[in-house]
Amino acid sequence: MSVGTIALAPGRGVTARQVGIAAAVLGALAWVITIPPIEVRSVAPSVVLAAVAVLAGAWAVAGGERKLGIEAIAVAVLAVAGSVASANSSIATLESVFTWSALVAATLRYMTPLLFAALGGVISESSGVINVGLEGMMLMGCFWGIYGADLLHSWVWGVLAAMVAGGLLALVHAVFSIHLRANQIVSGMGLNFVALGITGYFLEYHYGPNGTPLNISMIPNVTLPGIRHVAFFGTAFSGANLMTWVGLALVPALTFFLFRTRGGLRLRSVGEKPRAADTVGLSVMRIRYVAVVVSGMLAALGGAYLSVGFVGSFSNNMTNGRGFIALAAMIFGKWKPWGALWATLLFGLGNALSDRVSSVNPTLGTLFEALPYVFTLVAVAGLVGRSRAPAEDGIPYVRE
Amino acid sequence: MSLLEEELKAEGEESAAAVVRSPATLTAFRRGLSGITVPILTAVLAFIAGGLVVLATGHNPLSTYSSIFNGTGLNWLFPWVSGAERSTAAGNLQQTLLNATPLILVGIAVSFAFRAGMFNIGGQGQYTVGLIVAVWVGSSFSGMPSVLHIVFAILAAALAGGAWAGIAGLLKATTGANEVISTIMLNWIAIWLGVYVFQLGGPLHNHAQATVPVSNSVVSGAKLPVFWGSASLQGLDVGIFISLALAVVYGLLINRTRLGYESRTVGFNPEAARYSGMNVGRTWIRVMVICGAFAGVAAALDVLGWKFSLFTNDIQTSQIGFYGIAVALLGRNTASGNIAAGVLFGALLTGTSNRNINLSIDPTLVEYLTFMIEGIIILLVSTDVITLRLLKGGRQVRVALGRRRSAEAGPSPGGAS
Repeated sequence: MSVGTIALAPGRGVTARQVGIAAAVLGALAWVITIPPIEVRSVAPSVVLAAVAVLAGAWAVAGGERKLGIEAIAVAVLAVAGSVASANSSIATLESVFTWSALVAATLRYMTPLLFAALGGVISESSGVINVGLEGMMLMGCFWGIYGADLLHSWVWGVLAAMVAGGLLALVHAVFSIHLRANQIVSGMGLNFVALGITGYFLEYHYGPNGTPLNISMIPNVTLPGIRHVAFFGTAFSGANLMTWVGLALVPALTFFLFRTRGGLRLRSVGEKPRAADTVGLSVMRIRYVAVVVSGMLAALGGAYLSVGFVGSFSNNMTNGRGFIALAAMIFGKWKPWGALWATLLFGLGNALSDRVSSVNPTLGTLFEALPYVFTLVAVAGLVGRSRAPAEDGIPYVRE
Repeated sequence: MSLLEEELKAEGEESAAAVVRSPATLTAFRRGLSGITVPILTAVLAFIAGGLVVLATGHNPLSTYSSIFNGTGLNWLFPWVSGAERSTAAGNLQQTLLNATPLILVGIAVSFAFRAGMFNIGGQGQYTVGLIVAVWVGSSFSGMPSVLHIVFAILAAALAGGAWAGIAGLLKATTGANEVISTIMLNWIAIWLGVYVFQLGGPLHNHAQATVPVSNSVVSGAKLPVFWGSASLQGLDVGIFISLALAVVYGLLINRTRLGYESRTVGFNPEAARYSGMNVGRTWIRVMVICGAFAGVAAALDVLGWKFSLFTNDIQTSQIGFYGIAVALLGRNTASGNIAAGVLFGALLTGTSNRNINLSIDPTLVEYLTFMIEGIIILLVSTDVITLRLLKGGRQVRVALGRRRSAEAGPSPGGAS
């Protein structure tokens, strides 16, 4: 038996990695069976499942998958705690928290702004420019989106104004980090302050203490005719905003662009080996400029969804740290579009869950708000491990 | 010319050690340019840029700035200001210094990490757990002797902040988790924790206030003594001296101790530090713990000095961690720089707060002007090229950049990639 492989039967090997993944799935299952729709009303089956998961996790550790095994054990322990909590709650409480169709709808709402910004981050960082200014670019999209929609009476103009504003702020970041070879994290932080100042200043200047008007033209929701009255899908998907669908469509599109087209190859080569890209005649500077500006536009779209798509008004510091969460989602998702989608879905689910929990128990709901961040912390430390950024991420390029 | 030489020297070190190349490491090198002229010029440029925005929106930048200046209380230093104006100025100056007290310390919490090659965005979270612990200790143990109670509360807050930051250091050292992400996450966890404990029905909620989400009040024995102005009108307490003393401690720590030397070495080049026998991971953990302790003390001084009790809203709206980053960057990560930048930002906050602006200007506009000025300062700090160009003229900077380029293209370890 070689290290990392566990022989179950002669001639057949199961890798420790597979055992570890199975352990994690079993551990999660221990909790899942206690919530709707299964709703096992006893802790016993969960404990059995969790015990199996712990054993499998230990096996994986012995087989060399140390980190994964420990994570699986941790999942199993948490699941037992969760199933005790479920068993002690009434069925009514459980069903009001875990109304899956409503949870999915809320998750999509919370996910959308994060997804746009995270995808923007993927583009910028693939080209080798760290973008901590996503927060500020989102905020610009929030305010100027409302301003455009209000001034020209159409959400289309709002979205365009948002993209221009986010793109302009990103252009400043590009000039600083590409031409002036600034410290990119510092420059991004500075732009976040600038955006906070600009949006607050012009909110006051244009709208005064009464705030933005009430009758803003808003980005429409897409009603899917086929599934409107279908039991689960009707509530979950039929009221989703146009921007949600655009964001979801961007994920495969961007993956295709990055990994299957010439342009995507160029973008990534500039982020991984700019010297080589320069040698074959690509303009490292120009590609990076385009990537940073596009990332600002995407982040601003996320902001525009918040203000013009969902809330219908703008308030100061409306993004409230969402840009940083998107940044974390991008890293959590290993700098890839699909990864960013899963990470933002996790954050969205966390937010949606804490909303539901708050409706039942406000005190506990607050603690649930912290849950997505705890997950990310654990994941960044363990599951994801040393995820690798593009090789030249954050390094200004100098031609010889 | 000396500035440019320093710049070149710093850049030379930078390219020699380019193997490391984390942005925080680069900042550690940039510190080589430690002159006082560039930071001052940076601030002046930012004020000019902010003034242009004021001008563009049809207001008078000069009267706006003079109103902000009078709001800071710094006019108290002018001997010809007298009478009622003088006592107003004194009150404002007290607020400026009260604001500067935590800013200096949170700035140091960011600075020390920078010197060790890390970016501590977690000042906010470390400050927040410090707030929670300080208000808990300060409002409990009412029988304790005064001095002991104060020391206990400050130490407990320092410990809490240190432990909170230590998580990020530990994760970086053991699993390689990026401290930027982990400290951002820890910020949010701390903020929600704070809202949880002080909200209605929360474990540290003041039960006498049935409808207000607020903590218990610090008992009178644990309050820091006020030495300038009236204690009932939020006069200046002795916290500013603790803050200044800790800045001196930071200066000694970084320049005169073994840990300071090790952390600077790790900041310059972790690989070199490792080869010379230093335990890089342990240094990261220690530095983060100390950073968090500084932020924790900042929180304790705020709570024991003038906040006394905490509303959940205070915790959700506090921006001090981000101001701390600005202070550290403008202060170039030195002790004296942090003090100067802390006072500057403290003054800006006081000068632009609503009640200090005369009514001819919309106070909200001025408040957001502050954010713009801060942002532009940070932006200018991120690269020295602009200020250097203004200071020394374009030609010399081009020469410097050219030399920097040839140094980077040379046979140094980082030049190849």
